[in-house]
Amino acid sequence: MNPTLRRLLAHRGALLGIAYIMLLAFTAAFAHLILPTDPLAQDLANTLDPPSPEHWFGTDELGRDLMTRAIYGARTSLVTALGAVAIAGAIGVPIGLVAGFFGGWRDAILMRIVDVLLALPGILFAMALIAVLGRSQAASLVAVGITGIPAFARITRAQVLSLRQRDFVTAVEAMGGSSAYTMFTTVLPNAWSPILVQVVILSSVAILLEAALSFLGVGIPPPTPSWGDMLRTGKGFLYEAPYYAVLPGLVLTLTILSLDTLGRTLARLIEDRQSAEDDA
Amino acid sequence: MAAPVVSVRDLEVTFVGAGRPVPAVRGVSFEVAPGEVLGIVGESGSGKSVTSLALTGLLGPSARVSGQITLAGIDVTTADAETLRQMRGRDVGMVFQDPATTLNPVFPVGRQITEGQIAHGTLRREDAATRAEALLREVDVPDPGARITQFPHQFSGGMRQRAVIAMAMAGNPRLIIADEPTTALDVTVQAQVLSVLARRQRESGAAVILITHDLGVIAEVADRVAVMYAGRIVETGPVAEIFRSPRHPYTAALLRSLPRIDDDPERLTAIPGQPPHPGRLTPGCSFRPRCPVGHGRAICETEPPDRDGVACHFPGEAVAAPPAARPHAASTNTASPLLEVTDLRVEFPIRTGLLRRQTGSVRAVAGVSLSVRPGETLGLVGESGCGKTTTGRAIMGLIRPTAGSIRFEGREIAGLPRGAMRRLRRDMQYVFQDPYSSLNPIRTAGEIVAEPLRIHGLHAEMGGDAYVAGLFDRVGLPRAMMSRFPREFSGGQRQRIGIARALALQPKLLILDEPVAALDVSIQAQIVNLLKDLQRELGLAYIFIAHDLAVVHHISDRVAVMYLGRIVEESDKATLYARPLHPYTRSLLSAVPVPDPAARGGGRRIILEGDIPSPARPPSGCAFHPRCFRASPLCASTAPEFADHATVPSRMACHHPMEVAQ
Repeated sequence: MNPTLRRLLAHRGALLGIAYIMLLAFTAAFAHLILPTDPLAQDLANTLDPPSPEHWFGTDELGRDLMTRAIYGARTSLVTALGAVAIAGAIGVPIGLVAGFFGGWRDAILMRIVDVLLALPGILFAMALIAVLGRSQAASLVAVGITGIPAFARITRAQVLSLRQRDFVTAVEAMGGSSAYTMFTTVLPNAWSPILVQVVILSSVAILLEAALSFLGVGIPPPTPSWGDMLRTGKGFLYEAPYYAVLPGLVLTLTILSLDTLGRTLARLIEDRQSAEDDA
Repeated sequence: MAAPVVSVRDLEVTFVGAGRPVPAVRGVSFEVAPGEVLGIVGESGSGKSVTSLALTGLLGPSARVSGQITLAGIDVTTADAETLRQMRGRDVGMVFQDPATTLNPVFPVGRQITEGQIAHGTLRREDAATRAEALLREVDVPDPGARITQFPHQFSGGMRQRAVIAMAMAGNPRLIIADEPTTALDVTVQAQVLSVLARRQRESGAAVILITHDLGVIAEVADRVAVMYAGRIVETGPVAEIFRSPRHPYTAALLRSLPRIDDDPERLTAIPGQPPHPGRLTPGCSFRPRCPVGHGRAICETEPPDRDGVACHFPGEAVAAPPAARPHAASTNTASPLLEVTDLRVEFPIRTGLLRRQTGSVRAVAGVSLSVRPGETLGLVGESGCGKTTTGRAIMGLIRPTAGSIRFEGREIAGLPRGAMRRLRRDMQYVFQDPYSSLNPIRTAGEIVAEPLRIHGLHAEMGGDAYVAGLFDRVGLPRAMMSRFPREFSGGQRQRIGIARALALQPKLLILDEPVAALDVSIQAQIVNLLKDLQRELGLAYIFIAHDLAVVHHISDRVAVMYLGRIVEESDKATLYARPLHPYTRSLLSAVPVPDPAARGGGRRIILEGDIPSPARPPSGCAFHPRCFRASPLCASTAPEFADHATVPSRMACHHPMEVAQ
């Protein structure tokens, strides 16, 4: 097994984080097989029920099971996170690679575009984009993804710049390797570790941003379950049904906490490995 | 003899970490008397630095220390943190390898020098400036009054190391521990720093422990030597005796493996294998796998040797008998040059301000002309910043030259477009200095060596994996190692991979950029021998770039000496080393520490003043004139031509060359 991976699993916080995220992903993916209830099934006779053996975390204002909705909400969150990270990475990494590898005018132009993107407040930008595209899962996914581009571009560029100075990259040039060959077979495969950390960190940012958009009522349109939307509705019933917002709030917090711990531990392990390599 | 300043008995240091405990020091005992200089010499991993850290109680929590260390009456292994803190700076001063990181960049140098004394309460704050000035004066820093308020970045490397020596000396310690104090410095600056260290030691009467891998430095300054190998002292004794008649086979082999400027054997006697990793020692004698004496003798395999003075079962059997110098036939290579460089210039723009306007330029290479014939080695030697690496990279096409011509097999290649350069790369390859950074960490050794073939689409044509395996044989690496990753190899093995990669395309010329500078002494000899063998077998031409005059002396046919972007002297090896004409060559040769205590002193050394100027602001006229001991007003105004000398078969650039003894 990869030594970095082994040391990651030896870290208790990171291990708990991984376990939680895997559990969440599993239940979200197979929710329709595990859960007997439908997240959209209304039961108007039992609205805003407190927790009971039938409904462990109670029901909402339309009598829908809150636990079921929270679990299906994980689907929304994880799909948004995956999609957004994929978009951000697919655009940001090549930008950083080209900017860092060639430098000069390509670097100047690409990084100024990235700076402009970075200067826009993420949530405002996402709201503006959704206003144009209309409320849908795809729109929030794209909006969150675009706000993630600068982070990928900058991290990739920084990594490429430092790799560019290493002798083994110069060596490929001395052997007569083309720019494309050097970039894709030598530089990029050595740059993935900080990018991986960024994937984890950006997933957590994306989940939070999606929840915020839904909380503000511009995210994924109801009745699709979403943690942000549940928190927003729950806020309205804070006195009648204080348990309403407990579960979505809890899973959201745990998810962010898990991803952040995982990202931080990964970053530290990679740093350790790098300094161990430098010492060698 | 006076009571020793420091006495160490049966010191053992074991690092306990995540894996198996690693014994770094395994039973070391020595004493140092007041006023004595003990040199501890050893290769990487021999435990020499760990020993010095143990002396001052500076080892981290993962180190388990046993044995007895008495330093200035304090039992270091049992003392509490406060006693140790008091001891450091008062009783012990320390000089570390890299002066750039020893000094704190955000405080003035003067303040840092006296900081320790103020903390120990032996100096009043208001007297600090005067004291700092006096201390800097003692280590020959010019204009110490102005220097004390300056910051470390305003000091040059040699000046910084002197400031560190001043700092170590500030509290008048009884012991100074200098760990590789001149390894990061150029040879002319090293000569200055060593002489300051030796003088301050005599003046203060402090004992010194000098830790180094360089036997020349030891021969130069030490009174007594302890040779360390695999965590033990294998031999100790007075410096003259050890160098004249080493009794331990390791010491003998080490001395034989050194290239020397005063001797010229056909081959170096390399020590086979590599220094053992402290975690994987063989039972019995740790040197046994590499030993020329003990092979096959049962006692060496079972019993760790334990004698006073020499840790060997058969001391004295290995005698350092340096092969007699043979007069070399002068280079008779008259073939037409493979490579011809004429007036090569490389300038890097200096850009400042918001608009990054060019405000000046660094003249890294300021008019270099050289030629290399097939099958010969041109040594390109010089101190840091002289432009030797830039020259090599410009020839290789990795840096675009500003002006000048580079002809390879008669064809102009300077400024060739990428595609044409690509084909040329087959004939010309580069070997890098740092074997740790020049191999792609995520490729296997086999993939790395095969990479140039794949880039040029020749992998199948040349014979595929079998051909690559053949390259492994050629550089002396087992084929089984082809599937391993670079991190699993030692420095010497990595350098062999780098060489195999450079050979893959069957080039005619190799540019070797300090290929042995990062390696241990015993490994250096292996690589140098390998390069010589390859040259003979394959008819390769080499440009051998190095700062080490002894290595260059050993491997080159002709040598060119560079200073501040220019070649100041060029000749065949024998002429250049025997009759240097340029004052710089002369002082460079005299500054090299020779591993022979008998040659110490003797007034042969010329110590150059000052440091190498920045290539961004080279001096007028002859770039060397501010440091030159033969300079005249002419030198400051007119740059000398690089031309043939009247009587000696050398080319040089000097108005006042050294007189030639007829």
